[in-house]
Amino acid sequence: MIVTILDVVIAGLLMGGIYALIAMGLSLQYGVARVLNIAHGEFIMIGAFITWSLYTIVGINPLVSLAICGPIVFIIGFILYRTIFTRLRDASASPAAFEGSSMLACFGLLFIIQNVAILIWGADIKGYSYLAFPVNFAGTVFAANRLLTLVFALFIGSVFYLFLARTRLGKGIRAAAQDPAAAGLMGVNIKQVLALCFGFGALMAGFGGTLISMSYNIQPTMGLEYTVIAFIVIVLGGLGSIPGSFIGGLLLGLVGSIVTHIEPGLSLVAYYIIFMLLLLAKPTGILGK
Amino acid sequence: MDIIKAVSKKPFELGFLLFILIVLATLPLYAPEYAVVLLTSILMYIIITVSWTMFSGPTGYISLAPAAFFGIGVYTSALLALVLPLPVVIGIGGLAGFCLALLVGALTLRLRGIYFVMFTFGLVELLLHFILWWEVNISGTTGRVVPTVANATVYYILLIIFSLLMLTTYLLRNSKFGIALQSIGEFEEAAAHRGINVNVLKTIIFAISALFMGAAGAIMATRWTYIDPKIAFNPLISFMPVLMAIFGGIRYLYGPVIGAAFFAYVEEFLITRFPYHYMLIFGVIMLVAILYMPDGLVGLIQKLWKRTSGETDAVT
Amino acid sequence: MRLLEGQGVTKYFGGLAAVFEVDFHVDPGEVFGLIGPNGAGKTTLFNLISAALTPKSGAIKFKGKNITGLKPHQICRMGVARTFQTVKIFANMSVLDNVALGALFGASARLSSADAERQATALLEFVGLSTQKAAPAKDLTLANQKRLEVAGALATQPELLLLDEIMAGLNPAEVAQAMELVARIRDRGITIIMIEHVMKAIMSVCDRIMVLHHGQKIADGTPQEIANSKTVIKVYLGEKADAGS
Repeated sequence: MIVTILDVVIAGLLMGGIYALIAMGLSLQYGVARVLNIAHGEFIMIGAFITWSLYTIVGINPLVSLAICGPIVFIIGFILYRTIFTRLRDASASPAAFEGSSMLACFGLLFIIQNVAILIWGADIKGYSYLAFPVNFAGTVFAANRLLTLVFALFIGSVFYLFLARTRLGKGIRAAAQDPAAAGLMGVNIKQVLALCFGFGALMAGFGGTLISMSYNIQPTMGLEYTVIAFIVIVLGGLGSIPGSFIGGLLLGLVGSIVTHIEPGLSLVAYYIIFMLLLLAKPTGILGK
Repeated sequence: MDIIKAVSKKPFELGFLLFILIVLATLPLYAPEYAVVLLTSILMYIIITVSWTMFSGPTGYISLAPAAFFGIGVYTSALLALVLPLPVVIGIGGLAGFCLALLVGALTLRLRGIYFVMFTFGLVELLLHFILWWEVNISGTTGRVVPTVANATVYYILLIIFSLLMLTTYLLRNSKFGIALQSIGEFEEAAAHRGINVNVLKTIIFAISALFMGAAGAIMATRWTYIDPKIAFNPLISFMPVLMAIFGGIRYLYGPVIGAAFFAYVEEFLITRFPYHYMLIFGVIMLVAILYMPDGLVGLIQKLWKRTSGETDAVT
Repeated sequence: MRLLEGQGVTKYFGGLAAVFEVDFHVDPGEVFGLIGPNGAGKTTLFNLISAALTPKSGAIKFKGKNITGLKPHQICRMGVARTFQTVKIFANMSVLDNVALGALFGASARLSSADAERQATALLEFVGLSTQKAAPAKDLTLANQKRLEVAGALATQPELLLLDEIMAGLNPAEVAQAMELVARIRDRGITIIMIEHVMKAIMSVCDRIMVLHHGQKIADGTPQEIANSKTVIKVYLGEKADAGS
């Protein structure tokens, strides 16, 4: 009985680690850069597919791919912000107008990125096997790659948190999140910071994609579900709170694991029920203001 | 009454519309089969786009759920079309869309718009997952069959839904609720302070728009004959009306109609030749429209018109 | 009966008390002034009355009926209307529609579109904007936009009108016009509460004044009493007390 509970909990943390990572990325993009990136899942998918290609074609270790995919997706995100979203921001009459038009631009990006991926890699499901051997941990058996996923997710999450809290750039980001205009007046290069944030958000998505591809099969249409989950996590954690999305991700992963244990196939439904409860009782989430 | 006043104000415009309607109504009698089929698709897109614009246009609350409401209508057909007469099924499909939207609206429209966007975005995935699970685990079917209906019948039913929709949209725009919706989009807090029950109004209009989408879904199901959750709930159906409305011009009565007609035609043309490129192209057009054509095609034309005639007036 | 009454009204933003234990009352037919330094809680109090915000504790009563917890549109229909510090008009709608909206939804009686338009036209004349009926509201000057907002609020047929700094940003000639408009509204039998920083206006047109500071009431009384109050002079009027402006 205890073994089963531990089973479920750790499985939940494994998934939750990935949720936390991708939600932190989205939180950066929405909380700071004010872009509701509904194409977020597509960046995850790109990370997953680049990793797949690197592994199956060139034989590069997925963990090493983290260092390749991350920067590639970061650059894509950064460039997209500097070109499309900066222009939209300058043209928008109000922050609300920008939120609306940037979201719609992401809608367009969603279809562009997804279909480019289909054209490059084809529409079928792909997968690879890496470090799939079983490991004995706390009395239960897990695949090594999934444990590694959790370790990396927690590691990246903590590094990022420290980055935000301790470094100069991190402080600039937090200032921009609170008040872009004031931050600008204090010497923070706002346009640069916002683009970096969007890029970092994409970076997290890229990392998430790499980690996901290690344990699960992938296909070009996989992104949508992760985007939806990321939305629910950032609401759960509190809009605008990055630590909140980390905690929210882990929590939601736990919930998903419990539900999957009882009735597989209903995890998204369970997430949505949580979403609805939040909207009814506490839309500001756990750590939101 | 306002309608009579409006009619007598613009007899020429009304006559033109009546003419178009008669042409459309008699089309199956003289046009080849493929034209009827093509027009059916165009009508479907126009219905979804104009319904979407009815709510999201004036209020600015971008709904990403058309695929969910349309899909519910499709699935209603899948469940009931073999046991109930077609008009009843369509009615229930519309009702299903209406009720779902009431629920979604009551839940999310009292909060900031961002929650509405996020919730409606995930709705398609949610319904897909839930119904898939239900079909696999509870009802034990993997796909359902819908009876075929003659192309002309489908066409006529869509034409009726289209006409009702245009009538509803027109009446709404010219009623006090139309102005109220616009004021909500301009400044919701101020609108509430002028006595408008904003939450109730938003939710009801949102539900009415979903009704038409559900009804359209119910009849379109007969075109596919084999329905499973993946077919019924297709995210592209959420994307297309948004694209079409924005391209056509969200603030104008005929903008969405023009946008929908244009893209539906282009899609039919591209889908056979470039099945994956066409979605890519549409994504690019969406980006371009957002960046360079915020008022859509109709807005662009209006701007050019005003520049030549030198007038300015409020949005009608 | 008091038209509007507040007892122990309190509102916190996070840890900060924006409005703290404020008691006040407004009698029918009065022009009631609400003054205080920036950040004193004046607009917050308006927001609490019009239900844009809900108080943490305390009660607000309109015509004897408790209105705390109601929604803004309900309070509007009961007969309370307001303008906002940052002018809130419907920019892309015509001037006429801006006013007709209130007549269509905010009045307690059900009006037809034709009647609403007629009322709106009459109100536009009342505030002096008839020549701009069809123009989009965003094309108006700031002073005219403020008048439009007032007309829009009046269209809801209020018994109580809350004016939030309608004179801010106006030149002396426009301030005089605004003062005159306020007097004409009062002559129509509408009770007015006005937040204002223009001391000359407040002192000359108000029957009673309440002073807020750091969310708390520090004084209330007639303009003369307020001008002579040492507490108020120390906290707020400061050097202005004898500047006469």
